[in-house]
Amino acid sequence: MSPRDLTEMRERVDAYPTHRIAGYRVRAGRPFPYGATPVPGGVNFSVYSDRATSMSLVLFERGAPEPAAELPFPAEFRTGSVYAMTVFGLDVENLEYGFRADGPFDPVSGDRFDARRVLSDPYARLVSGRDVWGREPDWNDVYPYRAQVVNDDFDWGDDTPLRIPTEDLVIYETHVRGFTRHPSSGVTAPGTYAGLREKIPYLKHLGVNCVELLPVFEFDELDNPRTNPVTGERLHNYWGYNTVSFFAPKAGYAATGRFGMQADEFKSLVKELHRAGIEVVLDVVFNHTAEGNEYGPTISFRGLDNATYYMLTPDGQYYNFSGTGNTVNCNHPVVRDFVLGCLRHWVAEYHIDGFRFDLAAILDRAPDGTPLPNPPLLEQLAYDPVLRHTKLIAEAWDAAGLYQVGHFPNYGRWSEWNGKYRDAVRRFVKGEPGVAGELATRMAGSPDLYWGRGAAASVNFVTAHDGFTLNDLVSYNDKHNEANGEGNTDGANDNYSWNCGEEGPSASPHVRDLRMRQMKNLMAILLTSQGVPMILAGDEVGRTQLGNNNTYCQDNELSWFDWGLVEANAELLEFTRGLIAFRHAHPVLRNTEHPRGIDSMGSGYPDVSWHGVRAWHPDWADHCRVVALMRCGRHAKGGVPDDHVYVAVNAHWEPHDMELPQLPDGQAWHLFADTGALMPYGMHPLGEEPLLEHPGRYHLGPHSAVILVGRPVPTTQATQATQKEMAP
Amino acid sequence: MTFDVRLRVNERVATIELAGELDASSAGRFHDTIDEAAAAGSIELVIRAEKLDYMSSAGLRSLVFARQKMGDDVRIAVVGAQEPVAHTIRLAGFDHSIDLIDA
Repeated sequence: MSPRDLTEMRERVDAYPTHRIAGYRVRAGRPFPYGATPVPGGVNFSVYSDRATSMSLVLFERGAPEPAAELPFPAEFRTGSVYAMTVFGLDVENLEYGFRADGPFDPVSGDRFDARRVLSDPYARLVSGRDVWGREPDWNDVYPYRAQVVNDDFDWGDDTPLRIPTEDLVIYETHVRGFTRHPSSGVTAPGTYAGLREKIPYLKHLGVNCVELLPVFEFDELDNPRTNPVTGERLHNYWGYNTVSFFAPKAGYAATGRFGMQADEFKSLVKELHRAGIEVVLDVVFNHTAEGNEYGPTISFRGLDNATYYMLTPDGQYYNFSGTGNTVNCNHPVVRDFVLGCLRHWVAEYHIDGFRFDLAAILDRAPDGTPLPNPPLLEQLAYDPVLRHTKLIAEAWDAAGLYQVGHFPNYGRWSEWNGKYRDAVRRFVKGEPGVAGELATRMAGSPDLYWGRGAAASVNFVTAHDGFTLNDLVSYNDKHNEANGEGNTDGANDNYSWNCGEEGPSASPHVRDLRMRQMKNLMAILLTSQGVPMILAGDEVGRTQLGNNNTYCQDNELSWFDWGLVEANAELLEFTRGLIAFRHAHPVLRNTEHPRGIDSMGSGYPDVSWHGVRAWHPDWADHCRVVALMRCGRHAKGGVPDDHVYVAVNAHWEPHDMELPQLPDGQAWHLFADTGALMPYGMHPLGEEPLLEHPGRYHLGPHSAVILVGRPVPTTQATQATQKEMAP
Repeated sequence: MTFDVRLRVNERVATIELAGELDASSAGRFHDTIDEAAAAGSIELVIRAEKLDYMSSAGLRSLVFARQKMGDDVRIAVVGAQEPVAHTIRLAGFDHSIDLIDA
């Protein structure tokens, strides 16, 4: 059969209207896929509602205040609970569509239909209405978030998700707008996907191989009634944890959003990041929607099938496990399909490499809120064929007290944000007593939490978008959230921070030096720990939020990446960059198996050994503030011989002379980094680490960390290097 | 709202001259012209855009259509696009599949 014959056959089958409704030629559509799908000659629209008594397709010309047409679905266009219609002859470039669902309004039984509303398609691939970030909309618009039909014609070339082994990732958490919105960014289109694309060389220079983007699903940045109490300026929903449309990329993050080309611009960003060897993980928010509780707007789900999409109390009120008014009914079979379909869409259409699930503990709650031992949604995601190689990362707690760090239902697939890592590292470095033992456990990949799952199950972080930045962690004892308009009552109170002697900015050289050292200590621990390190964007250059630990609403310089810091804080940037390169160069830091403290390679050394001021004698006493560990290079990931790596951290205010463990004959300790040393950036170039002056001892300053590499050295070279080290 | 499109094929180099406004209503004519250029077995497609005043999203999508229609082996160049048009092409990332050339 020739291609021409095939085309004609397809046209005979598909492109034949059977009805005329409201002047449009239509036929019964296909129930799957949901949403609007271009088909030969037209568009197939499909929407689910179990409880609606009638449904209409509402068509708008782009931007028009009133609908161009409303097409009621005839009874014969309904299959089960799915309404489907193919409409022919539409100008999709100029089309916006929605649905109008009628049915009972009986909140106690869960129904909240409102036929006055035009409802956005939950499966909309493109949404207009907030095309330009922050632009004041028409607040009387009958249809504020308008679904559009998208063309899937992006040229991906040979791009695919990168499939970098999880344990090899260095994750960089950032915000699309905040990364380049600052006037200092110097990009063509600040605050956009295109702007971020222009900064890829910076990311490559830094050495990260994964960016984790705060929510990019369409949300409404104007969805915040508060104002700054000092300036009177509008506060925003800046972070975007309030999804309006789960299948659509945020238009206001696209320089081309006003042309409706946000999908292309975002795909282009993903493609270029992949080309640079950088994966893309999306922070996704399936625990709640932007519709809030009964006082919130009816955008989509509430009006289509409230009782399906939301967890409701027996009397029809919204459960609020998310702390935002509603809770998505994730383990309802229909909603499971929705979540799964959404993630598949982002992987298949946008080549996304992984997802971090906000308040993921909610995903294992039953429709009545009870935590399930074997939550079907999580199991389905773990085994889904399309998501087979996709990273799945849980924020393993929710806002209603369900805390699952270490025991999130994982099916051998899920990693977790390790909140216990964050707290232990912070507490140790600030100098709290009684944390040495826990720090050791955390640096070893938290085997107490993830034994049997592998160290890559632990996403280690010291800071994230939610909380203090690294600089603020060492500059403030207390949060300073007054600008958020809630009387400083919002944001976490347990920050385990220490201001190093002065609250906020300091002119004291002593305080400033100590802060720099503390930031380096934290980075050194993070990037030499087993597990997957995650860095908050800007921490590598000492970004400050002036003590605000909850900048969800601050679309201003408090949140934006100040690119002037790249030069001003080159010291910390280069130190961080060096650490990342060191991590990439040393597979012994990236083992997936937790250390067992035994020598399984016949090297004469255990995989990991613990030390104190005296070699082989760790001190786990409460008063101890020194932890040292040595990783044996023969036990490196994949059996690739690596150097020995010794890391010692001194959180004490006094220096300590560290006795170093003896290396095999012919090997010696070389100095890679010392956070308290005066050499440029506190470290030596990778591969050019000099021999230690004294082979068995190291003087570790107060509040300092040292990283040594043990490797073979020819005798003559050893002599020369020692002489160089000792030279004045 | 005027739009004009002309095709010349010379030694397997197809040149399409665009003038006026390329939007949803005129994109179909542009597509037909691309079809003709492809049917002529062109090894290079030059789109002269100096006289193009405006290009809507439908027009920009036409560049994707051209890339798909002509195939990966055919070089496609957009010559002389006015800065707003060229800027949008770059932001959307289309400049990776076509060449943007000053007049």
